[in-house]
Amino acid sequence: MEQVLWFGWFRADIIAEYSVLFWRGLQMTIMVTLICIVQGTLLGLAIGMARVAESRHSPAREICKYALRWPSTVYVSFFRGTPLFVQILLIHFAVLPLFINPADGLVISGESARNIKQNYGAFLSGVVALTLNAGAYISEIFRAGIQSIDKGQVEASRSLGMSFPRTMYHVVLPQAFRRMLPPLGNNAISLLKDSSLISAIGLAELAYAARTVAGAYSRYWEPYLTISVMYWVLTLGLAFLVKKLEARYGRGDSR
Amino acid sequence: MDEVIRVNRLTKQFGHTPVLRGIDCAIKATEVVCVIGPSGSGKSTFLRCLNGLEEATGGEVLVHGVSVHEPKTDVDALRSEIGMVFQRFNLFPHKTVLENITLAPTKVRKLTALEARNRASELLVKVGLLDKIDAYPNQLSGGQQQRVAIARALAMQPRIMLFDEPTSALDPEMVGEVLAVMQALAEEGMTMVVVTHEMGFARQVADRVMFIDEGLVIEEGSPADIFDNPREERTQRFLSKVL
Repeated sequence: MEQVLWFGWFRADIIAEYSVLFWRGLQMTIMVTLICIVQGTLLGLAIGMARVAESRHSPAREICKYALRWPSTVYVSFFRGTPLFVQILLIHFAVLPLFINPADGLVISGESARNIKQNYGAFLSGVVALTLNAGAYISEIFRAGIQSIDKGQVEASRSLGMSFPRTMYHVVLPQAFRRMLPPLGNNAISLLKDSSLISAIGLAELAYAARTVAGAYSRYWEPYLTISVMYWVLTLGLAFLVKKLEARYGRGDSR
Repeated sequence: MDEVIRVNRLTKQFGHTPVLRGIDCAIKATEVVCVIGPSGSGKSTFLRCLNGLEEATGGEVLVHGVSVHEPKTDVDALRSEIGMVFQRFNLFPHKTVLENITLAPTKVRKLTALEARNRASELLVKVGLLDKIDAYPNQLSGGQQQRVAIARALAMQPRIMLFDEPTSALDPEMVGEVLAVMQALAEEGMTMVVVTHEMGFARQVADRVMFIDEGLVIEEGSPADIFDNPREERTQRFLSKVL
C-alpha cells in the first residue's frame, strides 16, 4: 500500500486520518483549562482572603479563626499535599456518584442522573477536581501577594476612613496583582498540562485522543509527539500572554 | 475653646512589654501639640492610638466625645475626620498623585470626580506641587512625596491632623519644605498632634510640647517652659542630647 512518508518513519497519514479527534481534543483541553483558570482564580481569591482574615473584636475574631482561617488552611493543605491524579479519581468515582446517582443521588437522581453521568460525568469531575486543586495553589499566590504589600499601605488607606474591603479592592489587591502575575501565569501553564490527567477518567481531550490513536495503530511516536507539540505551542502562547500582561500592568510600582 | 481629643489612663502592651503606661491628656481645637521623646518611648504608639490604628490595652481615647476603641464605634467615619501623615509617606505607588488624593474623597465622601479633582488641585497649589499632578510617587523626591501625603490627608477635610515623625525619613535638604507646609497649616488653625525630632519646629510652631518617656508623659508645657526651663531631670537629660 502506498503511504505518504513525510519524515520516513513518521506516518503523518495516521494523524491526518484522526485529525478531527485531535481537533476536538484540542478544543476540550482549551475549554477545560480556561474554565479552571477562571474558577480556580475566583476560588483562590476567596480562599486566600479567608486565610488572612483577621478581626479585632469578639465575636468576629473567633469567626475569622474557626470558620475561615482553619478550614481554609486544612483545604489548602489537603489539595497541595495529595496527588492531583488521586484527587481526580476520588472525585470521579467516589464524590460525584454521591451527588449524581440514578438510585439515590443527593442532588440529581433518576434517569437524568444516568444521562448526565454518561455524557458529562468525566467533564464534570475533571473540571471540579482541577478547579479545587488550582484553587488551593492560587490561594497561596494570593495570600503571599497580599502579605507582601507593605503594612503602611493598609494603614494609610484605613487612616483616610476607607473600610477594609475598600482598602483591599483599591489599594492592596491592585498592587498584589502585579506581583502575582508571574506565579499566576506559571499556574495557568501547569493547569493546561495537568488537564491531560483527566484523560484517565475518559474525558476526550488531547491526551485521550492520542491514546485512542495509539491503541488503534499500535504506533506511539506519531500521536504522542503530535500532542506534545500541541501542548508546547499552547504553553508558549500562554507564557507570551502573561509577559504582555506584565508589561502592561507593571508601571508605577516602586517597591 | 472646646476639647477635641481626651485621653484617659491610656495603656498599651505589645505582648508582655508595656509601651504606654497610663497617659492622660486633653487637646483643644486649633491647638498644635508636639510630642517629643527618645526613640522607643512610646510616642508613635500614642499617636497611632488616637485614630485606632493601634488597639489600646486599657484606658480610653475620646475624639469629639466618641470613644475610639469601643467596638461599636464606626471607626471609618471617625478616621475620615482625622488625617494622618506617616514617616514613610505611604503613598499608593500604583496611583498618580491626583489619584492618591482623590481616592478617599470620591469613595468615602462621595465627591464627584470633578469636585475631587478641583479640591486636589487647590491642595497641590497649597503644597506647591500642581505640576506633579499626573506623576507617580516613584517619580517624586521624598520631600515631594511627603507634601503629597499631606495633601492627600487634607483632601478629606479633617478636623484633626496627626503627624508621625513626618521628616525623619527625609534627606536634610528636604526637611524644610515639609515643615513649611505644616507651619502654614498650623497658622490656618488646624488642630495638630506632631510626633517629631525637629526641636526647632516644636519651639517655633507648637502651642504645647509633651515630653514622653517610657510610656508616660513626664512633662508638658509651652515650648519656652520645656526647652528653656525643663523641671524634670529626664527632660533635661534628653534635651541636652538633642539640642
